[in-house]
Amino acid sequence: MPNSTREYIEKIMKKLGIRDIEELFNDIPGDMRIDRDVWDGLEIRLGRPLSEYEAWRYIDGRLSKNKKLKTPPFLGAGVYLHYVPAVVKHIISRGEFLTAYTPYQPEISTGLMQALFEYQSLMAELLDMDIVNASMYDWGSAAAEALLMALRVKRGRRKIIVPETMNPFHRRVVEAYLEPHDVVIETVRYDRVSGGVDLEDLKEKIDGDTAAVYLQNPNFLGAIEADAKEAGEIAHEKGALYIMGVYPVSLGILAPPGELGADIAVGEGQPLGLPPSFGGPLLGIFAIRYDRKLLRQMPGRLIGLTTTKDGSRRAFAMILQTREQHIRRAKATSNICTNEALSAIAVAVYLSLLGPEGLRELAKANYYIAHYASKKLSEIDGVDIIHFRYDFFNEFPVRFDKTGKNITEIHRGLLDRGIHGGLMLKNYYPELGEAALYAFTEIHTKEDIDLLVEALKEVVEG
Amino acid sequence: MNNSFKQAYWDEPLIFELGSRGRRGYIVPEPGEDVKRAVGEIGIPERIRRKKKPQLPEVSEVEVTRHYTRLTEMSYGVDNGPVPLGSCTMKYNPRLGWEVVSDRRVSWIHPLQDEDTIQGLLELLYNLQRWLANIVGMDKCTLHPAAGAHGELTGMLITRKYHVLRGQIGVKREIIIPDSAHGTNPASASMAGFTVVEVPSSSDGNIDLDALRSVVGDSTAGLMITNPSTLGLFEENIGEIVELIHGVDGLLYYDGANLNGIMGYTRPGDMGFDIAHINIHKTFGSPHGGGGPGAGPVCVKDRIVDDERGIRLGDLLPGYIVEYDEDRDRYYLKGPGEYSIGLLKAFFGNTGPLLWGLTYILMLGSRGLRMVTEQAVLNTNYFKKLMEDARGYDIPYGRGRWRKHEVVLSAKPLYDETGVSALDVAKGLLDHGFYAPTIYFPLIVEEALMTEFTESEKLENIEKYADILKRIADTAYRDPEEPHKWPRNTSVGRIDEVKANHPKTLAPTWRIYLMKSKHGEEK
Repeated sequence: MPNSTREYIEKIMKKLGIRDIEELFNDIPGDMRIDRDVWDGLEIRLGRPLSEYEAWRYIDGRLSKNKKLKTPPFLGAGVYLHYVPAVVKHIISRGEFLTAYTPYQPEISTGLMQALFEYQSLMAELLDMDIVNASMYDWGSAAAEALLMALRVKRGRRKIIVPETMNPFHRRVVEAYLEPHDVVIETVRYDRVSGGVDLEDLKEKIDGDTAAVYLQNPNFLGAIEADAKEAGEIAHEKGALYIMGVYPVSLGILAPPGELGADIAVGEGQPLGLPPSFGGPLLGIFAIRYDRKLLRQMPGRLIGLTTTKDGSRRAFAMILQTREQHIRRAKATSNICTNEALSAIAVAVYLSLLGPEGLRELAKANYYIAHYASKKLSEIDGVDIIHFRYDFFNEFPVRFDKTGKNITEIHRGLLDRGIHGGLMLKNYYPELGEAALYAFTEIHTKEDIDLLVEALKEVVEG
Repeated sequence: MNNSFKQAYWDEPLIFELGSRGRRGYIVPEPGEDVKRAVGEIGIPERIRRKKKPQLPEVSEVEVTRHYTRLTEMSYGVDNGPVPLGSCTMKYNPRLGWEVVSDRRVSWIHPLQDEDTIQGLLELLYNLQRWLANIVGMDKCTLHPAAGAHGELTGMLITRKYHVLRGQIGVKREIIIPDSAHGTNPASASMAGFTVVEVPSSSDGNIDLDALRSVVGDSTAGLMITNPSTLGLFEENIGEIVELIHGVDGLLYYDGANLNGIMGYTRPGDMGFDIAHINIHKTFGSPHGGGGPGAGPVCVKDRIVDDERGIRLGDLLPGYIVEYDEDRDRYYLKGPGEYSIGLLKAFFGNTGPLLWGLTYILMLGSRGLRMVTEQAVLNTNYFKKLMEDARGYDIPYGRGRWRKHEVVLSAKPLYDETGVSALDVAKGLLDHGFYAPTIYFPLIVEEALMTEFTESEKLENIEKYADILKRIADTAYRDPEEPHKWPRNTSVGRIDEVKANHPKTLAPTWRIYLMKSKHGEEK
């Protein structure tokens, strides 16, 4: 792959006046040098380079050991399987975007910057927020950075409140990011009947030391946070920031964070045009309402609309860079540099394709198919749907206690039949018993659900 | 200057200005009537339903395709030409990687899928973990971090945890970082709760050892450096530095940004580092995607943290490590365990870029990887040679020393004598169809042009690049006003950054732009 020939190498060596390439490395102390034979003896897919075909055979051979499933998995929990239109894949495979760097030279990258600006602007409309950055790594790290930002904005306050029904993976990210910062993370209960946040408990736990209240909608157990607006008002009364985490597909039908009074909104952009890719690349959504104090503390890259100096053409620039690490160093709002720009472009293309109607239909399709599934599943003897009063969007816990089988047996039984059930909840919510979190999207057909139901019946009865 | 490059320009509206009511670019699969009937009314409480439709454009598929295709034509990547951004390692991205990451046996895998269903994928990731550990001379790697800076934060949180577990965190408050470091280094250390202490470089390009000795002490938690440095110079005193830091029970963190200058010749582990991150999107050929995604695996030595409790540095790694059970011939995920710093993003890691990197390594093998380093270093030094006596440019620090992955030129003489700056030089390069080097970095070089060709550029391009730089200087001495008018051949000319950043005109989204043009002032 090095763009090289023997002749070429010799030509350069001659110009440099060296006889051996090793001379270029003679400033590396001898005891630190790795011997040629030792290096070639290491296990690094060693020695000989493979041709493209051989490399493909190697990879293909291994991937063929993956198990083929009869239906798409019924897994969600923050990453979802939605169909990715062909145009999205086509655009992000184009080398001018794919192989570009961060647009440090805006004149030659104006198209890339426009695409990123469009992502920021489209996402702002979807969230009904004013300003969206060019991306974070994922929902979890975006939530963590939002809470760190709240601690900077509300300097001196040392407490943040998160719900019991926050995605446990995100919660772990928040804990890791906040650990060095002497902060108390308080957990607010959820109402066992409605499924939403317990407002009374929130009122009890919030105080003048609270920098932020975080709420996830729909929450991890799938329930819709119908009291999200009230929760925000409670946060604001105590002078805390209100941060919402969202699953953007649900916003075709659910009230967006902007309508609910959120100061900061975060979420996972992957469901809007990206495959799950075993956990990455994902796309961390990060948005704020327009407020100078918030803007100054916002992490991440921002593209702004401007013109050329002579005013003749519309153009774009990276803006407010004094917040960022390459200028502000230790005092930057975040260390983030490489982000998920290409994911953001995929989302821009996806949202453009869907438009407002498409988005509403998508949300409805998800709602219907999931509710249809819940009905079918609840008809199986011993299988219970945990159906909270506030309804769910496309995800809900299913309990198997009455089947006399534990959740692992159910899970394995399904797998033996080529079906991948929902996420087993025992490690996260033991109080729910033998339960799993099932997610359904528009890619699950009625036939997929019939297969799931048939398989479950066999497992339960068997 | 005569020149045949001309970038496309389309007077392309924003997507919001395209389309018309009722147009659609994608039809959602609709649930059947029987499904709808079985479900009945939507039961979501009214107060949490969306009232106002989002103001998204209504465009057809062909409009969307054309729009974004036109935007690509006004962009520039490695596929278009050389992108010699120093420290960014912009190399060619072998296309087999795209095939691999788009394969549904990779892309369509949910991160919470049962391990038994993804044995093939796990085997690939397991191999990558081991190969990377060998390449950097470490014992254990996590593929979890999503980018270089994410890896740095990982390393700093591991350093913090190390001192916490040893009961020393109250004392160990400082991270030492050289003044030539990337901005992410101090930012990462700071996010992990440390105070940053900066040490200067001496004129030979090495860290000033006396200055280092004066700041190393009981409060030193660790040191963060990249080697070769951002000046492209190998830190010759690394052995002594390692001894100094280990002498006060500090940890040494290796920023892998510049691994392309030493791969196959030395390894961070051999130099004495305890923790290292790797930029898959730099050294291992996955594309940068206009700013991401990347992947930033972190590897550590098998250093003892606490002998009594049997804690090793590897136990502190975040995320999920792929393990292999030989008896059952089965791959599985382990972690994050009791002493791990936890999760820094949800789920595994950036699998796409990681597998692109695996593809790159497969196609090179160990011999190929060493050749990558050799070619990259030859290219750097050849370019340096071509520029050594060029009027207007200077090559500060480490006079007479070989460079590794990159070389930093200074346009200070040019600026002092003509008023033509590094920025102007950069724009002149764009006009010739070349991307500019990294400018104004490292901060210790005035009017810096930090240039890295990697192994991908051929001799002719490097000569042409040097030639253009010299011609730019010639123009500047002849007509110092002319360079301020560049670029002329790119899609747009120089940008109004003042307008872009001024509170009155600042427009980070289309809705803010509309609001400001309507009200003519800030909210």
